[in-house]
Amino acid sequence: MNQVLKLLLERTDLSVEQMAQVLNVSVEEVNRQLDQLKQNRILLGWRPVLNLAKEQDGVVRAVIEVRITPERGGGYNRLAERISRFDEVESCYLMSGAYDLLVFVSGPSLQKVAAFVSEKLAPLAGVLSTSTHFLLRSYKEHGFLLDVPPPEAERLKVTP
Amino acid sequence: MDFTRFIARHVITLPRSGIRDFFEIVARMDGVISLGIGEPDFDTPWHIREAAIYAIEKGRTHYTSNLGLIELRRAISRYVEKQFGVSYRPEDEILVTVGVSEALDIAFRALVNPGDKVMFHQPCYVSYHPSIVLTHGVAIPVPTYPKDNFALTADALIAAWQPGAKLLVLNLPCNPTGGTCTREQLAAIAKFCIEKDLLVLSDEIYSELTFEGEHVSIASLPGMRDRTILLHGLSKAFAMTGWRIGFACGPAELIEAMMKVHQYSMMCASIVSQEAAIEALTHGDEAVKHMREQYRRRRDYLVRRFNELGLKCHLPRGSFYAFPAVPVQGMSDRDFAVGLLQTERVAMVPGSAFGANGTGFVRACFATGYEQLIEATKRIERYLARLQSQRRA
Repeated sequence: MNQVLKLLLERTDLSVEQMAQVLNVSVEEVNRQLDQLKQNRILLGWRPVLNLAKEQDGVVRAVIEVRITPERGGGYNRLAERISRFDEVESCYLMSGAYDLLVFVSGPSLQKVAAFVSEKLAPLAGVLSTSTHFLLRSYKEHGFLLDVPPPEAERLKVTP
Repeated sequence: MDFTRFIARHVITLPRSGIRDFFEIVARMDGVISLGIGEPDFDTPWHIREAAIYAIEKGRTHYTSNLGLIELRRAISRYVEKQFGVSYRPEDEILVTVGVSEALDIAFRALVNPGDKVMFHQPCYVSYHPSIVLTHGVAIPVPTYPKDNFALTADALIAAWQPGAKLLVLNLPCNPTGGTCTREQLAAIAKFCIEKDLLVLSDEIYSELTFEGEHVSIASLPGMRDRTILLHGLSKAFAMTGWRIGFACGPAELIEAMMKVHQYSMMCASIVSQEAAIEALTHGDEAVKHMREQYRRRRDYLVRRFNELGLKCHLPRGSFYAFPAVPVQGMSDRDFAVGLLQTERVAMVPGSAFGANGTGFVRACFATGYEQLIEATKRIERYLARLQSQRRA
């Protein structure tokens, strides 16, 4: 694995300069490896991980289980990609089990999300059914626990 | 009132740990970046903590067998066999203790008669010498040297040996030096022990944190299993310092002797911690590997920066300590460390806290975040520049 990627997976908040120091390579080399990761479409981009409950302009999020009809030649892909292109869709996965696609959507209000489902998603040709679950509360986002203060653990400053 | 008349003579003369003095200076300061901590910066992996919570929920709140839970001893037996290549019977060759510290203490109390001679390599963990003194043993420090990357050599042992020596304490990889021995070096030590009829207390608490090559336990060498009490614990590799779980493995008669002292003093280790230890030993491999990888990268960074700054430092093969030499001629390790703390607020432990042979060095623990390591080396650079300009003036 690319050494910059390894470090990114371990700690995402180091600056390029700090990464260069830790890895003992030049800043240019770190940038080159980052570019490489982007070119290879391994590193797709950066997003902040937020506790949205603390953000005033609240966001409503929902998970939608979608059953679709697979197509000759393309399977689920064409329709899955089409659904994924909506701005409201944050993530979209093909699943095994009782439904086919698991779609994470977000919107400014319950009404807007509901409208997206009933006006955009459900009427699509090939979509057989949808089952929408609204997220009530988040406890962990991308590896970060919410509402748990960062552990300022009471470690002694000097120990044997 | 003069209380000293109530205190045992050998305790009065026992010096306080140099670490404790230093800790008291650090504790009064703010904004300190501490490289003086002898423990992982990771919290215990959640699956281990969760196992302890579950143990409490299901009412696992009672005494255990003096030797420790049999399930834990079985887990230890499997783990030690896999990790060290030596097998011990869970029934009578393994004793669970309250950290390796207790294991060491009861080993000395079970084995040392007043006047018995105990050899140990130095610089070393702060409690070896006092523990020997507390059992009225005679401590024989054996120096290790930077030229050997602080590995213990048979030559140094031969030079330090005195007639009647009974025990040899090993701590490889070593706190504070990060030194450890190759298989060949250990074989030479084993030969020496057999020749001189020494029993070995081998404290291998840092064994999983071996970055280059294999960790070899002296107990696994021919003729050494029955001559070794292997001491190990979960504090360092599994980030479980506060749980206080260690263990001793050795011949049944020796374990029985240690168990006698243990049963009259400690009775047993905390059952909750023992339950957590079972989880750690059976399912903790991945977490250990993950932490070791991170320590390795931090080690590479810190040791490289130290050498760039003129703090001459070997690359420690194990543990999470770097042990660089004080780079200023004629300056004591204590003055260097106190000066660094007072002017730049970086704490490193003076090497002399780890025995006379640690004089002239400082111990820096790299089990801390990258930002702190980067910032600490910046501050050390500034401190060195200031020292230099003062010298010129």
